[in-house]
Amino acid sequence: MRAIKTVKGNAIPLNRADVDTDQIMPKQFLKRIERSGYGPFAFFDWKKDPNFVTNNPAYAGAPIMIAQQNFGCGSSREHAVWGLEDMGITAVIAPSFADIFRNNCSKVGLLTIVLSQEDVDYLMSRAEELPGGSIVIDVAAQTVSVEGTGWSRHFDIDPFVKHRTLNGLDDIGLTLQHADDIETFEKERPSLKPDTSGAFKDPLKIG
Amino acid sequence: MPKTIIEKIWEQHVVRRQAGEPDLLYIDLHLVHEVTSPQAFEGLRLTDRKVRRPDLTLATIDHNVPTTDRRLPNPDPLSAQQIETLRQNTKDFGVPLWDIFDLRSGIVHIISPEEGLTQPGMTIVCGDSHTSTHGALGALAFGIGTSEVEHVLATQTLPQMPPKTMSVEVTGKLGPGVTAKDVVLAIINRIGVDGGVGHVIEYRGDVIRDLSIEARMTVCNMTIEGGARAGLVAPDEKTIEYLKGRPYAPKGEDWDKAVEAWKALVTDEGATFDTYVTLKGEEIAPYVTWGTTPAQSVPVTAAVPKPEDAVSAAAKETAERALVYMDLQAGTPITKIAVDRVFIGSCTNGRIEDLRAAASVVKGKHVASTVRAMVVPGSGLVKKQAESEGLDQVFKDAGFEWREPGCSMCLGMNPDILLPGERAASTSNRNFEGRQGAGGRTHLVSPEMAAAAAVEGHFVDIRGYK
Repeated sequence: MRAIKTVKGNAIPLNRADVDTDQIMPKQFLKRIERSGYGPFAFFDWKKDPNFVTNNPAYAGAPIMIAQQNFGCGSSREHAVWGLEDMGITAVIAPSFADIFRNNCSKVGLLTIVLSQEDVDYLMSRAEELPGGSIVIDVAAQTVSVEGTGWSRHFDIDPFVKHRTLNGLDDIGLTLQHADDIETFEKERPSLKPDTSGAFKDPLKIG
Repeated sequence: MPKTIIEKIWEQHVVRRQAGEPDLLYIDLHLVHEVTSPQAFEGLRLTDRKVRRPDLTLATIDHNVPTTDRRLPNPDPLSAQQIETLRQNTKDFGVPLWDIFDLRSGIVHIISPEEGLTQPGMTIVCGDSHTSTHGALGALAFGIGTSEVEHVLATQTLPQMPPKTMSVEVTGKLGPGVTAKDVVLAIINRIGVDGGVGHVIEYRGDVIRDLSIEARMTVCNMTIEGGARAGLVAPDEKTIEYLKGRPYAPKGEDWDKAVEAWKALVTDEGATFDTYVTLKGEEIAPYVTWGTTPAQSVPVTAAVPKPEDAVSAAAKETAERALVYMDLQAGTPITKIAVDRVFIGSCTNGRIEDLRAAASVVKGKHVASTVRAMVVPGSGLVKKQAESEGLDQVFKDAGFEWREPGCSMCLGMNPDILLPGERAASTSNRNFEGRQGAGGRTHLVSPEMAAAAAVEGHFVDIRGYK
């Protein structure tokens, strides 16, 4: 996972609520087996509208996206996060996020910042009016600021996610440091639980 | 201290707890499919890691399979490549795979309960948001992303923050013609698409107790559409009866021990939840969604709502956008909405009881000339069972297409898609824009309501429908 200390740049105002991951990354691109290259497919159907915000060249390469409540709802497809990442997005600011999406972001290294509705609305209208206006996110200080103004807000972040984000730590590597604990747990695990080792045997053929 | 069933299952799976860190949770069963796993296996290869417990992992192929004759080559080279990749990955890493010619294959959330792999008190994950389905048997089951799939493959654990708990109680009794699908649509309508964020739900109350295990799967399946990652029903006699004799259920002495352990999995008297929601069963009608989120629904007797009646400015704007996308006018009675396509299937409503219910509606009738209707059984075993009961013939006689199992038109990763502008009555779980095909319009309903819409060419109130 990439480390993020600060994010600085302009923001794409996606002024919609309940943006689901089917919109962020439509199904046909889930057939790819690669991990990279999803940026061009993000918001594929919405982008067909020439007025859709990401088609505005003023927002090209913006590292931040601002959206409304429940961003990333629906399907668990991490391809949605990969699409945003590949577009160059490093942080999304919204009043709320869907759980699985937010979790996926924390694994990839994409900040999901929750601010109040009022603050999101302020940043949204500012990004609409001043497409080049710069926002600074400081992960260590947990602040979002609008450059050139005194406007600054604190945001909450899970301390463990913060630690991993600042240092770009691989989650699996961290867990494997506790391999002994896993082994101990497995020894005491009830033997009644099912296992799939028999699933190889006796395939039931169709037809 | 009294505990909820959610807390009990959680506590039983904590491998490691450290202040300031998420709990490390042990995973009893990891289900894998072709769409969300290729990059996870690739990650293992790049880091020279193995699958820690292939014996607690099961793979199948469901999203990309055509529902026509599967002996023919897959018409989509990308789908074919993704399926071939899973075959190679499961071979390389020693993970069991139920491939498409295995009768036990089918939609991942249907095959695991069907074979008795899903049992009370287990933790189950899958790279699929509808993993919550398994909660119907009293398991804590939730969807994960591909990074987490890799994490579980490598460690059989997941770092997770303990969730908040929500009690959703449905009291009383359901009226005739009202199904589990209507119950869950009513719940989502009440709490909203983000009402459950951060929570795990326990479904409770007489209506839930009265539902069959398969019907409980329908309720738990759509938990994520209300924002909660997992939802479950505490095991009871129906759960035990359902599991008895299934291939992976415990046998002999083990069975008795397991039943004893399962019976302890109830929310203690006096335990408290973070959030409470109560619905009255008598007030639930057959629901139809009119918009592009699963919360945008009304009883079949109602009309498409006016955006100006929405609870907030944001909801009004979302409703206006939805009406444009759905090509609907506010005030149109739901029963006046004509459909072009009908889809009966999916992990929500693709089980044998769903097919029986739909067949009972269409028996002796015929699909309207303006409608193309399709039944896609949820698994090879569901299909076989339906055929042994003659349901395939009922559907075929009525003009339905009888297909091979898979996820099919629920998300249209295979050739089964809506064309732009087509309108569907669908027993699936999501009515998002383009979900069933770019430009397609989806109305979510129960199998009975979908069947009646196929016959009449428009929505009808299944109550009193003859």
